[in-house]
Amino acid sequence: MNQYSIWKYLTILTIIVIGVIYALPNLYGDDPALQVTSTRGFAIPTDLSTTIDDALLVENINHAPAEQTGNHLLYRFDGAEDQLRADEVIRDALGDQYIVALNLAHATPDFLRSLGGKPMTLGLDLQGGVHFLMQVDMDTARGQQLDRFVDDIRAALRDDAIRYVSVRREGNGLLVMLRSAEDRDKTMNILRNDQSLVGLDINELPVSETFGISATVQEQQLLELQQTALKQNITTLRNRVNELGVAEPVIQQQGADRVVVQLPGVQDTVEAKKIIGATATLEYRAVDENNDPFTAEQSGRIPPESRLYSFEGNPILLKKRLIVSGDQLIGASASFDQTSGQPAVSVTLDGVGAKRMLDFTRDNVGYRMAVVYIEQKSGGRKVEDVISVASVREPFGKRFQTTGIGSISEASQTALLLRAGALAAPMEIIEERTVGPSLGKDNVAQGFKSVVIGFCLVLFFMLVYYRVFGVVANIALFANLVLLVSLLSMLGATLTMPGIAGIVLTIGMAVDANVLIFERIREEVRNGNTPQASIRSGYDKAFSTIADANITTLIAAFVLFLFGTGPVKGFAVTLSLGILTSMFTAIMGTRAIVNLIYGGKKRIKKLSI
Amino acid sequence: MNILNGNTNINFMSRRRIAMIFSVILIIASIVSLSTRGLNFGLDFTGGTLIEVGYQSAPDMSNVRGQLEDAGFAESVVQTFGAASDIVVRIPPSETSESSAELSTRVLTALNEGVEGDIEMRRVEFVGPQVGDELAEQGILAVIYALVGVFLYVMFRFQWRFSVGAVIALIHDIIITIGIISFVHIQFDLTVVAAILAVVGYSLNDTIVVFDRIRENFPKYRKRTPEEVVNTSINETLSRTLMTSGTTLLVLFALFYFGGEIIHGFAFTLLIGIIIGTYSSIYVASASLLTLGVSKYDLMAVEKEGATLDARP
Repeated sequence: MNQYSIWKYLTILTIIVIGVIYALPNLYGDDPALQVTSTRGFAIPTDLSTTIDDALLVENINHAPAEQTGNHLLYRFDGAEDQLRADEVIRDALGDQYIVALNLAHATPDFLRSLGGKPMTLGLDLQGGVHFLMQVDMDTARGQQLDRFVDDIRAALRDDAIRYVSVRREGNGLLVMLRSAEDRDKTMNILRNDQSLVGLDINELPVSETFGISATVQEQQLLELQQTALKQNITTLRNRVNELGVAEPVIQQQGADRVVVQLPGVQDTVEAKKIIGATATLEYRAVDENNDPFTAEQSGRIPPESRLYSFEGNPILLKKRLIVSGDQLIGASASFDQTSGQPAVSVTLDGVGAKRMLDFTRDNVGYRMAVVYIEQKSGGRKVEDVISVASVREPFGKRFQTTGIGSISEASQTALLLRAGALAAPMEIIEERTVGPSLGKDNVAQGFKSVVIGFCLVLFFMLVYYRVFGVVANIALFANLVLLVSLLSMLGATLTMPGIAGIVLTIGMAVDANVLIFERIREEVRNGNTPQASIRSGYDKAFSTIADANITTLIAAFVLFLFGTGPVKGFAVTLSLGILTSMFTAIMGTRAIVNLIYGGKKRIKKLSI
Repeated sequence: MNILNGNTNINFMSRRRIAMIFSVILIIASIVSLSTRGLNFGLDFTGGTLIEVGYQSAPDMSNVRGQLEDAGFAESVVQTFGAASDIVVRIPPSETSESSAELSTRVLTALNEGVEGDIEMRRVEFVGPQVGDELAEQGILAVIYALVGVFLYVMFRFQWRFSVGAVIALIHDIIITIGIISFVHIQFDLTVVAAILAVVGYSLNDTIVVFDRIRENFPKYRKRTPEEVVNTSINETLSRTLMTSGTTLLVLFALFYFGGEIIHGFAFTLLIGIIIGTYSSIYVASASLLTLGVSKYDLMAVEKEGATLDARP
């Protein structure tokens, strides 16, 4: 009578087995490892691992075969000593082009990894590290955008020989003052049709002594601007964090105007902040075609108007005079050239930049132009790199393309660098949390201890109170813990201290469903029902109570998730998942076991409850 | 094993006036404590900088204070944190634009002077003023939305009197829990907010279990007065209530004693909240139902649902 179909047993078993598989990776520790990344975030060349393998072989350092994921190579070592030795060896072998970072790689066995199994990542409070919350100054970004419009409008009016009284920012909009109605109409026309002035709402002002036009930037345009500014800042941050050689940094957008930066393992916040806050910019310069860079390099006699750089291993002379700098660059993106179909980088400049670029290119068709990327590094060092050199084919201004770039991925990397160098909105650190490694270890130890103790206490209590049914509930409780851990691992959740608290609390509350059921069964037995009937109605009647009680708790947890940030969110996630898994194990799981124990027997005199 | 023999018949509801007076006194005391002592807001809400430092042996606190004062941190507050060799320095948000990193370095240098052996930076937290205001706003909003969500769900599953009862019980729990936090002056930070919301969830759980039984019992005992039905329902669910609260409290004690200093406020809040939540599901939620005049006619629709369930083979 109390029996599940074979399918139900199998389903439950399958879920438990899957749970065990995905929870398993958490039992394996970490391997000491090294992570190799290109300084610029470029793709790793295929022969790099051979170079490293050879270098390690010479020094007789054992290591696992290199693993390549995305843009980095990972080497695992037998011990921390080998890891440190290898660190030096690889650094020497690769030089400045690559960043070598100490890392702890999960020691998940291959068969689990091939199934996609991975352990939960430990939060910064558990493994130590730095957390920054940065706010992008959108007011300034908006102001810059308005200034750009002012410049563009002035340039457009000048081009059409319209003489204006003034073009200026007025609060959150723009004001253009003209001398005659005719000029105003012409200007209106320009404002509506000029490609560079998209995104403005234009209104005529009532006529007084002057003829005015007011313009406001459309909401959509502002949102886009905000998005771009934020994305650009995130890109810049990524490049800079890369510089720190942190193994698994997190750089994420939070809300409309914030960025979270998490650097696990980093202790020196001062250094980290310097690098994150560093400024990078870029400059367009003409190539000095009158002098030979090779002779200049060899003789050391560099023409006074030029400076010597190196590009792709060769020396190159660039004029000191600046054509356009990074703050005049509005955007850069990878694209394909429409005529040749080659990969290209499309660049957009603001009004001032466009004018200067046009002046330069008009006189220099056929000559080359280079882009220099300048980064302010820690300790006041300045690093200048030539990131692209291209010939000018025809005069251009606001928008132009650079072709002759190898592949589309190289094009997008160049575009990324260009954008990173462009001045995005300023950022401010509004929250910082640093946890030292010893505190992290203490937290892990204490968290683990409290989970184990709490868990054991509950197991003992249930066993004493409900005997056989207590054992059943305890098995379910254990399965619940396994399922919860495996779900969290599958979702790639980060385990934090509040998360552990959530798990502990879930254990306490998971018992509730079983207590409800068992108390019902006891009641039914007391009312004189047969054991089998008591089991059935106990489960049936308790179900709606459990569902109602858990759904209301889920509502609270959901709200917690929506409004919470960081720690609160982590707690809400574990609590919600815990409620769901506990519903499964405490109702379906225990029923299956109870059915297996009591279901087959025709006559049971007494339930051990 | 049985703690209760299953035939308890405690007349809870006859004492509901006493309970009401007790609750009102607690609420008034809480409000008084909140308005006189206030909350000991943590860094999450006030903004500012917190630096936790580990010494090799317990430092002389007045010495530490002196060092900080000399370094220009006259307004800083120094406390031990967990162990005697761990101290926490709190520095209120300053008007100057000095970054938290420079601040923490300066504090460390100041503390390092004249100390034998290294002192270790364990934790630095900096929260800008704009974050604090937002958190307070979000916390209050979260509670309000949770209450609205619960109200609607209970109204949909039960009836409006039950919604009112549940929400009154929750507000009761929140006020008293915050009142006690204010009274014992535990630091009110983000984890405490999370704990309060967990208390909301837990207390609700408890209340719903009792309500569920009341809903079931009204059609079952047609002849009895509402007061008798509520009493029976509470008695029937009593062993479950005690058992669940008991196990949860066990786990929380483990968290409180072994979870470390950081989780202390969280565990304490939950301990208090769960005791109050258990009490309120009996004496506030159920008593409110009676005060609001619940009767068997309120659950007519559900009565039918119960009837079909009973009719099942």
